[in-house]
Amino acid sequence: MEWAIELENVERHYPMGNEVVHALRGINLRMERGSFWAVMGPSGSGKSTLLNILGCLDRPGRGRFLLAGHETGRLPDDALSAMRLKHLGFIFQSFHLIPQLTVAENIALPLHYLGWEAKKSFKRAAELAERVGLGDRLRHRPSELSGGQQQRAAIARALANDPQVLLADEPTGNLDSATGEQIMGLIEELHRQGKTIIMVTHEPNLAARASLRLHLRDGLVESIEGEKA
Amino acid sequence: MNLFRDLRLGLKNLMLHKLRSLLAILGVVFGVASVIAMLAIGEGAKGEVLERIHRLGSRLIFMDTTKPADGERGDTTRARMSVYGLKYSDAQRMSASFAALTRVVPVKFMRKTGRVLERVLEVRAVGTTPGWFELVKRPLLAGRALSTLDEEQAANVAVLTEQGARRLLTGGEGVGSALRIGTEVFTVTGIVQSAGGSKGDLKTPDQDTDAYIPLSSARRRFGDIMSRGSGRTQDSELVELHQIIAEVDAENNVEAVAAGLGHLLKTAHRDSDYEVRVPLALLRQAEETQRTFNIVLGSIAGVSLLVGGIGIMNIMLASVTERTREIGIRRAIGATRTQIVRQFLAETVALSGLGGILGVGLGMLIPGLVTQFSKMPTQITPGSVALAFGISAGVGIVFGLYPAARAAALDPIAALRHD
Ligand SMILES: Nc1ncnc2c1ncn2[C@@H]1O[C@H](COP(=O)(O)OP(=O)(O)OP(=O)(O)O)[C@@H](O)[C@H]1O
Ligand SMILES: [Mg+2]
Repeated sequence: MEWAIELENVERHYPMGNEVVHALRGINLRMERGSFWAVMGPSGSGKSTLLNILGCLDRPGRGRFLLAGHETGRLPDDALSAMRLKHLGFIFQSFHLIPQLTVAENIALPLHYLGWEAKKSFKRAAELAERVGLGDRLRHRPSELSGGQQQRAAIARALANDPQVLLADEPTGNLDSATGEQIMGLIEELHRQGKTIIMVTHEPNLAARASLRLHLRDGLVESIEGEKA
Repeated sequence: MNLFRDLRLGLKNLMLHKLRSLLAILGVVFGVASVIAMLAIGEGAKGEVLERIHRLGSRLIFMDTTKPADGERGDTTRARMSVYGLKYSDAQRMSASFAALTRVVPVKFMRKTGRVLERVLEVRAVGTTPGWFELVKRPLLAGRALSTLDEEQAANVAVLTEQGARRLLTGGEGVGSALRIGTEVFTVTGIVQSAGGSKGDLKTPDQDTDAYIPLSSARRRFGDIMSRGSGRTQDSELVELHQIIAEVDAENNVEAVAAGLGHLLKTAHRDSDYEVRVPLALLRQAEETQRTFNIVLGSIAGVSLLVGGIGIMNIMLASVTERTREIGIRRAIGATRTQIVRQFLAETVALSGLGGILGVGLGMLIPGLVTQFSKMPTQITPGSVALAFGISAGVGIVFGLYPAARAAALDPIAALRHD
């Protein structure tokens, strides 16, 4: 079995004045390559905290986290950046496109940091934009796009470095249901193409479309349901 | 409607930033402009002095006779004779005592009336030795200069300047014409060009109305006594030499030899009836002036650049705050801290570099205006433009480091959550 993600007793505490917030209190979890996970749980249960650790934006306070077999716990900041650049793609609830850049430039941003030359990365950005249905919007600014189009541009950007793992924090949270449906369709397609997808969502009907559902409560795994874990 | 408003707001925002950026770089603009102007003015002044010294001869030392100040005593009725100035013996002693002197040229000036036929010109009869023409190098236009033989024989020969010749020899007479100087008749043997006149504090040794004659002839025909009288007063003066020009073998020795000559004259003269001028010393003086000038303008430039740098830092700090989310996005995608630093530094350097370009433009206008209004020469060197540009880039780096470091130090998670 090939694991995209392995967590062993992962804890994360936030000191708040004299008290300590226990955001994650010992998570044990393994996610197979190519699986599609929905992460659910009430507000404050630690979903985003978990996703930040999976996304190498944060390190576990205690325990071990392995991404594609590499332990991240003791890596310096630059190495974490390199992990993100190599293995990960992010899809955010509020799209997070850079407003002064065009759609093509936004999509090509990871390629810029990978050191691709401009011409080649523009070509790839154009291909990706075509793939998400934005082939005719390359030179537009994000502000000239609808919410659904912006999220599709963001997904194209997340795919630019061809990552193994896609992390999505409520990707449809800012979209109406019809547009959200389009985005879900796109995500399902990426899953079919072999990407590992971890999606935080509050909506049970969207979570139902993932192959596995992880329920968090108070920083602990409450349950995992779906095809055998 | 909504879209239209958003677009207009975005455009307005951009304009606001343009103005904001322009205001931020003003300090750099003025700083760089004053660096360019300072260097151009300094360079020009130095160039002018150098050129003037070159025209005079940088290895020359001039000693002039001056009239002592305590000459007048209430008694104005009796005839008086004042004796002062440089002596023939001074010139001889100089060439005997200083090995570093390659030439010592004694000079005697007399105001005389020059006549060719009926044409009259007030000339400055210059009694000197042939060495004059080797120190005061002027192209010979016709005939020949004074020779050693002329000097030995105390020949009645004269060399005119081009300007003098043009006024006295208008009838087509040339070399060989008879020229009456005072009461004596001389033969014109040559005509030289003259750079006559004075520019600033440096007088050229030659004048336009010079008539050069052998020193021996001058002594024999006109003597050393000059009378100047009117009515009841009758003053006369005995001056042997009006000037001694000494040439030193090398520029490095000029100042030492000048000091030695000064000492020699001091022991030989009771009164201070002479003056030693060293053209090369003017260079030191010019350099001194330039240094003072540079300190003043340099401080202005420094303050402007400091203010400009702070202005740019301020704008970049604001920009970092405004673009916190962008920084978070870039970091999440995989940008390292170093790459964020580089991005913001590049922006700051671009901004200050733009200030540098505008400053160079402005700085290149200023010297032109200075030259136009004050007749001060200026010279913009490529080196000064490069320096000014380098300074502006340096300001960008120095004052961009802190904002860039702030940007890079942001926690990506917090930056992404920022709105
Ligand atoms: N930077 C932080 N500093 C202090 N406490 C934090 C920080 N980030 C998260 N927490 C706390 O950790 C706990 C888990 O937060 P997290 O954001 O992971 O919840 P969540 O499941 O994503 O909630 P939501 O569904 O509302 O997004 C919460 O109690 C939260 O207050
Ligand atoms: Mg959350």
